[in-house]
Amino acid sequence: MIKCKEASWLISASLDRALTMAEQVRLSMHLMLCGNCKNFSRQMAQLRAVARQVGSGD
Amino acid sequence: MLTPEMIEAERPYLMRYALAQLRDKGAADEAVQETLLAALESAGSFSGKSSVRTWLTSILRFKLIDTIRREKKEVLVESFDDEVSDDEFADLFFAQDGHWREPVRSWGAPEATLIAREFWDVFERCSQAMPRRTAMAFVLRELQGMDIAEICKALDVTATNCSVMLYRARMSLRECFEIGWLGGAKA
Repeated sequence: MIKCKEASWLISASLDRALTMAEQVRLSMHLMLCGNCKNFSRQMAQLRAVARQVGSGD
Repeated sequence: MLTPEMIEAERPYLMRYALAQLRDKGAADEAVQETLLAALESAGSFSGKSSVRTWLTSILRFKLIDTIRREKKEVLVESFDDEVSDDEFADLFFAQDGHWREPVRSWGAPEATLIAREFWDVFERCSQAMPRRTAMAFVLRELQGMDIAEICKALDVTATNCSVMLYRARMSLRECFEIGWLGGAKA
């Protein structure tokens, strides 16, 4: 079972590349049990949405 | 009809954008100046489909990439030696057992609105604490939407370095937003 430290790394990586099957499994198992990382994952998506909007000059 | 005044009015916004990415007043000035000149020259091609700001930003983005390519040699000199190790970085956020030191809150609609409104302020402040190349990688990836291969090429780093920089930038920026809000509004 991976820890939050590794999970946060995989969440970040997933924003830049497709995760391998093994990585996906490890991450989703962790997310099922970890509210903090679930929130972190959502925050990353929120940050990206705003950054893309800001970055395009909107 | 696009007037020089309308273009000039966007200078402060463009300056902010350029400064956030280049962190060098002279280079940012130059990129913005070139952008405004290019815009004036091609004002006739402005379709009016997008806002003036969006149009100018798209020109500026190309100028910024040009600037980074030109600067690559100088940026390269800045080594990774003065940056903290992976373990040191992780220690800032995670306890020895690999769990978060602080609980990660859920950001709702109010926070989403705040991020949008405060993005530049927070990013400017926050990126001062990041190595220059890390801040650049973040802007290229998240603001400009470049893919990893392009970023590696523009900054002359390996894909692994690129992932590390983006991870650190995201972790730091998230923390900056959290600290900002908790500092002001902790119940």
